[in-house]
Amino acid sequence: MAKIQVKTKINGEETEFLCQPYDTVLDVLRRDLNMTGTKEVCSTGDCGACSITLDGRLVCSCLVLAAETEDKDIETIEGMAKNGKFNVLQKTFLEHAALQCGICTPGMLVAAKSLLEKNKNPTETEIRYWLAGNLCRCTGYDKIVKAVQAAAEEIRENA
Amino acid sequence: MNEMDNKWIGKNTIRPDGADKVTGRAEYAADTIMPGMIWGKVLRSPHPHATIKSINTKKAEELDGVFSVATSADCIDFPVDTPVILGIQDIRWMARNVLAKEKVLFHGHPIAAVAARTEEIAEKACELIEVEYDVHPWAIDIDDAIKPDAPILHDFIKFDGRPSNIAGTLEHKKGNVEEGFKDADIIIEKEFETAAVHQGYLETHACLVSVSPDDKTTIWSSSQGQFMVRAMTSFITGIPQSSIRAIPAEIGGGFGGKTIVYLEPVATILSKKSGRPVKMVMTREEVMRASGPTSASKSRVKIGATNNGKITAAQGTFYLQAGAFPGAPIRGAAGCCLAPYDIPNAHTFGYDVVSNRSKVAAYRAPGAPIGAYAVECVLDEVAEALKMCPLEFRLKNAAKEGTKAVHGPTYPVMGYVETLEACLSHPHYKAPLKKLQGRGYASGFWFNAGGESSAQVNITEDGNVVVTTGHPDIGGSRASIANITAELLGIDINRVSVIIGDTATIGFSNLTGGSRVLFASALVVTESTNQVIDILKDRASKIWNIDKEAIEWENGEARPAGDNAGKFKPLSLVELAEKATPTGGPIGAGHQVNTVGAEGGFATHICDVEVDVELGIARIIRYTAAQDVGKAIHPAYVEGQLQGGVVQGIGWALNEEYIYNKEGKLDNPGFLDYRIPVCSDLPMIDTILVEVPNPKHPQGVRGVGEVPIVPPLSAIANAIYNAIGTRFYSLPMSPPKVLEKISD
Ligand code: FES
Ligand code: FES
Repeated sequence: MAKIQVKTKINGEETEFLCQPYDTVLDVLRRDLNMTGTKEVCSTGDCGACSITLDGRLVCSCLVLAAETEDKDIETIEGMAKNGKFNVLQKTFLEHAALQCGICTPGMLVAAKSLLEKNKNPTETEIRYWLAGNLCRCTGYDKIVKAVQAAAEEIRENA
Repeated sequence: MNEMDNKWIGKNTIRPDGADKVTGRAEYAADTIMPGMIWGKVLRSPHPHATIKSINTKKAEELDGVFSVATSADCIDFPVDTPVILGIQDIRWMARNVLAKEKVLFHGHPIAAVAARTEEIAEKACELIEVEYDVHPWAIDIDDAIKPDAPILHDFIKFDGRPSNIAGTLEHKKGNVEEGFKDADIIIEKEFETAAVHQGYLETHACLVSVSPDDKTTIWSSSQGQFMVRAMTSFITGIPQSSIRAIPAEIGGGFGGKTIVYLEPVATILSKKSGRPVKMVMTREEVMRASGPTSASKSRVKIGATNNGKITAAQGTFYLQAGAFPGAPIRGAAGCCLAPYDIPNAHTFGYDVVSNRSKVAAYRAPGAPIGAYAVECVLDEVAEALKMCPLEFRLKNAAKEGTKAVHGPTYPVMGYVETLEACLSHPHYKAPLKKLQGRGYASGFWFNAGGESSAQVNITEDGNVVVTTGHPDIGGSRASIANITAELLGIDINRVSVIIGDTATIGFSNLTGGSRVLFASALVVTESTNQVIDILKDRASKIWNIDKEAIEWENGEARPAGDNAGKFKPLSLVELAEKATPTGGPIGAGHQVNTVGAEGGFATHICDVEVDVELGIARIIRYTAAQDVGKAIHPAYVEGQLQGGVVQGIGWALNEEYIYNKEGKLDNPGFLDYRIPVCSDLPMIDTILVEVPNPKHPQGVRGVGEVPIVPPLSAIANAIYNAIGTRFYSLPMSPPKVLEKISD
């Protein structure tokens, strides 16, 4: 099958790749672009480990076809720290021990960032429901929720 | 060391591997590539039980893009009647689990594997492999496997002299139960069932293996033990351990499920036959179908007590399903279930039952939650019958220092009573409840382990420290090791880096399992660091030309002490490192030992639920877990262990279950239908860290990771009863089951 040529922007960088019509964004990121920060856990949209944003919208990259990303803006975990500096969520996740094995962490961070961009003052319930699509088997979510609350507070203070 | 003076031990430092994990830089098993790499895929059995008559791989081999094919014919042959024991595993079974030999024993059992240019080609080639089967009836559930005319999985396994699916038994006995029950005023006996549940680690099994023509093998994989990977791969492929370098990738959760191999020997064979590095990554469905969940169970527990609340006798019988090969965790069920109590007469039995499901693997305190579930639910009923508070009842019968446990040992100093007292004095205990809300309590125990551990502590040329240990870090153990090293050397935590060595760079270290890692690695790291301090003093003594004994190490520097105090300017670690070469050379020390003295861990939990009687949903609304953690070296990660264990227990109690269909196939092999707890299901999980230091450990450490999954199943069942007056004897207490029971 002829491969499709796609031109897109990943973390602000113009990127071109060739993909099969059935390849997902996750396939291309991990296998072809070697951007393995985005994790593959279920490939069926059930875990959120592959979370990215596509033109600012939070999506599971395992459910989006790579060919659909022509002229789109993709943000992944690799683009989260800017100029060698952690995003506030990355910092609070570390300070609050919000990760154990860390495999869910990239997806959690991408999802939490997209929440805080919409809502700087989420309630605990809002955080819990926003992150309900991001599984974590290690932490019981307690410290993840607290880290998101702490990040929200910091963002509000610095606003 | 004075507690108050601790600078790093007991502090929530930032973990050494943290930055990599929040930026996506950390390399997990599936994140690595090698030049020339090809992809491996596994052909799996479409039947739950069949004899393999023939396997023809010719068409697969001829497909364009295929490099190699592997079957059990490429593995070392281990006759079925000769045990080959490695740790708690038997390589006879492990080899057959990795690639089926005489028979396929469950739906999804690997039969062959293909390595090809792409995953798609490898998958296509798998479909071209022709296998002839002689299909047999199968047994999925325990009752089907132990009934008189059950299909037999392994002809050579005998029970009572006849071929059987009961592959092993175990029993613990203390006193005389018949007599004990005679002394009881009240006796309660109940039967329980639990469904098989999966560890649910998010990272699927994956590896990348490269074998050179001289058999030098590099394995990059995520596991709970790089040395286990090396040994099992060596056994199954015949490549000597010295030729295998197993590199531990970051591991995305294991919970016991990564204490055995699935892919590494297969990828090794494929790589050896093709001369190319081979990468293999399981899908979630493969993980669910063919990697070890923990046992389903059936049990019966009988407990007798006097009217004034003393337990006189207890009896428990536990049938645990092992899957395709022997090895259900009956020791955890029959050994841990009565451990929190001082019971004069007790008798527990465990039965290891094989059936046509994937071979079980360890899951966090293997077997213990199953045993505790039955016992702690019956205890709740006994307490109710005696009109006693369930916690006071437990307190009255609590094991203490000096108690002879039913499973054998006499307890040293331990903190079980303290966990009960902590719960009794916690505000949660007295908090008001509304209608359809209920509160439940339960306790739990896990053995904890020590075992082989190795460490190396090296001083860098610029006077900083690199610590290497051999147990994969799953939950933040590197942070705790950094805390201890910085504390002992009296230097800033940022000057310590901690890495997990591969099998070629650090001495043998046992699995990350049994809650052993910090207990064991702290011991060897402490010993190594103390040796380094000794060397540093020796170097200072050479520089100052005084006795080594006249030097003390304090606050990161060598200081002249005694008569020499104040005579010389202290030498810092940096200064001593600078002078390392003229004073004797590189500074470093290592220690390797079989660590002993890991004492058991105890916990008591309080759980509040609210039951939605329309939908049948039991919702956890408050949870408090108290546990004797010995000494919390990094409290936040200790809390994290408790919280994570509790939530896995919540999943086990309320939702998770392996559901098999009429064809003997798993019907829910994904996270959509196998529902693990999500963020919106839960409240915060409160923890109480009770610290009764382990006297056999330099920092007082006890294992903490496994105990917290033991009490939740029964704490939740007891809470649901308290809320709606209905007792559940079968897990999970999922909405359909709750509704059915309420409408009865
Ligand atoms: S990998 Fe995409 S949702 Fe799980
Ligand atoms: S930290 Fe392991 S899955 Fe979330």
